[in-house]
Amino acid sequence: MSKQLHVPTMASYLAEGKQPEVLFWVGCAGSFDDRAKKITKAFVKILNNIGVDFAVLGTEESCTGDPAKRAGNEFLFQMQAMTNIEVLNAYEVKKIVTACPHCFNTIKNEYPELGGNYDVVHHTQFLKQLLNEGRLKIEGGKFKGKRITYHDPCYLGRANDEYEAPRDLLRKLEVELIEMKSCKQKGLCCGAGGAQMFKDAEKGDKEVNIHRTEEALETKPEAIAAGCPFCNTMMTDGVKNKEKQDDIEVLDVVEMIANAEDL
Amino acid sequence: MMQFLPQILFVAVFAFAVYFFVRNVKRLKRNVNLGKDVNRSDQKKKRLNKMLRVALGQSKMVTKPIAGALHVIVYVGFVIINIEVLEIILDGILGTHRLFSFLGPVYDFLIGSFEVLALLVLLSVIIFWIRRNLMNIKRFLSKELKGWPKNDANYILYFEVVLMLLFLTMNAADYQLQLSGAKHYASEAGIMGAFPISQYLLPVLDGLSTSTLIVVERAAWWLHIIGILFFLNYLYYSKHLHILLAFPNVYFSNLNPKGEFRNLESVTSEVKMMMDPNADPFAEPAEGEDEIPEKFGASDVTDLSWFQLLSSYTCTECGRCTAECPANQTGKKLSPRKIMMDTRDRLESIGESLNKNSDHQPENDDKKLLDGYISREELWACTTCNACVEACPVGIDPLSIIMDMRQYLVMEESAAPAELNNAMTNIENNAAPWPYNQQDRLNWVNES
Repeated sequence: MSKQLHVPTMASYLAEGKQPEVLFWVGCAGSFDDRAKKITKAFVKILNNIGVDFAVLGTEESCTGDPAKRAGNEFLFQMQAMTNIEVLNAYEVKKIVTACPHCFNTIKNEYPELGGNYDVVHHTQFLKQLLNEGRLKIEGGKFKGKRITYHDPCYLGRANDEYEAPRDLLRKLEVELIEMKSCKQKGLCCGAGGAQMFKDAEKGDKEVNIHRTEEALETKPEAIAAGCPFCNTMMTDGVKNKEKQDDIEVLDVVEMIANAEDL
Repeated sequence: MMQFLPQILFVAVFAFAVYFFVRNVKRLKRNVNLGKDVNRSDQKKKRLNKMLRVALGQSKMVTKPIAGALHVIVYVGFVIINIEVLEIILDGILGTHRLFSFLGPVYDFLIGSFEVLALLVLLSVIIFWIRRNLMNIKRFLSKELKGWPKNDANYILYFEVVLMLLFLTMNAADYQLQLSGAKHYASEAGIMGAFPISQYLLPVLDGLSTSTLIVVERAAWWLHIIGILFFLNYLYYSKHLHILLAFPNVYFSNLNPKGEFRNLESVTSEVKMMMDPNADPFAEPAEGEDEIPEKFGASDVTDLSWFQLLSSYTCTECGRCTAECPANQTGKKLSPRKIMMDTRDRLESIGESLNKNSDHQPENDDKKLLDGYISREELWACTTCNACVEACPVGIDPLSIIMDMRQYLVMEESAAPAELNNAMTNIENNAAPWPYNQQDRLNWVNES
């Protein structure tokens, strides 16, 4: 099996009197959801492989409060936010990277007013930075020439205007990037945002994730790329619903890079 | 005295139209100010730029190329033809004829381009009518457009057709009168104006006597200007206020990242107190501090901000938001356009009560925004994806209203769907929306 992952905690760094280059905010999905954990590990493998000095909060990490806030529970959100900010500030965290666009958006945009000021980047933005600095090399590999469509997570795209970092990484993998009919600013939601992930949908004609999966399948992809653990779950369920799971994988951009490197 | 009668009549009509318009603007302002305060007067330069780009420059209209191009024609036509309306108003007050004709060739060019624009507007409006009524475009067929909103939209189109036809008829009769050297119309300097479009109407007027032509010209002139003044006052009662309010609405619109939802200050102070180990929970409130806790979230329009209320008047019900909404696309009840229409309808109902009795208390009304206009089912169907906000060509944010109302439901009524309550309980107890132990957050490292 693969090498043991090296995942230091902020507490161990503090004990040694060190500061990591970046804090990796794993998020609840990345910590507990079986599918999302694979994304977390793929990201860590890349960081380990090129020797990025990072640490996690581990058992000191707690939900950012995003689902509570979008559900309308501002109290619970601010409780979570202030608890997290206390921990982050105690460790004097400067830079945060996360593989979850919801955590990314909340920490980046909603924490500053409550006293949490950090340089927050999405993992695709972080990898793009590493690429630009020459620390990360990406070459075609397994996905070279494959038809791939990328699903924009709402909280990375429209919410924060980041459309290019994930696409740039995919281009580096030399995939044939096919856009869905609604993409980028007009990208269609997977159906999980706004705390919908944690409840049944209201009555309608169909589920949002099925609708979005149909749009993805129209591009006749060999794989669907995503950048959010929730989108990943929704699209994976959609592909299963269409009985295409044997032909079409739903993969996070970071998993595709790790696969290409054979990590 | 008799010779001044038309001028006196015109001034009276014009003054009445202006009076009525100002009265409605005051009512609109009063209603918008029922909203809570929100600071949107920062970053003036950025706001001005956005207004120039999005409202004046129509940058978001053209994301739908066909509707966008047609809209630009009607918009440019509307703005430019208003130069002609200025001349018409001055002619009406002063009793002159084609006051600006001293501009010579420039005048000819202006009148000529107004005519071309009038024709283009006419054609665009006809295509708009076909799109709206015959082409089965989904966003024009939604439930919330049944009845008045659909009629309102069509009335505006009919109105524009009539106005453009009157304008061209007026010019054609005028041109014919100038050609025949009629007194008060013809000038020694030659033909005033250029008539590239209305010249083709001359055969229709062929054989009419000078006096009949004058009747036609005057009738068209009067109907045209009365029509415009009527239209100006129709705005307040229609979806068409956007021609004025698009500008302030874009100016005051949100400049922050769309994903940034406002943090409630009232909650911040309470949470800080709860988390402060030294705070005395039984302490008397500090002097000057409100003893009645502020209401969290919105159950009625008076709980929304003045910007959200301004937006409800700005909305022209184009439905681009609803067309992009994932919940709406999959058959849920939610329609962001309806959220805006409901907000305005409720605000107008309060406005009407205030017109009758300035002491009216909206909180005593039976039918409020929540449940009376917007159902809980609509609010809970939103994925907060911001597609509606992105789609709006005039900077309206229906999502912010949905969020404010969810806050009321959860924080004032504890009325979240049961599964959401479970998720929130989990977050409270074990710091994740699922029932996992916080101490297990790092277990993934050692799992194969």
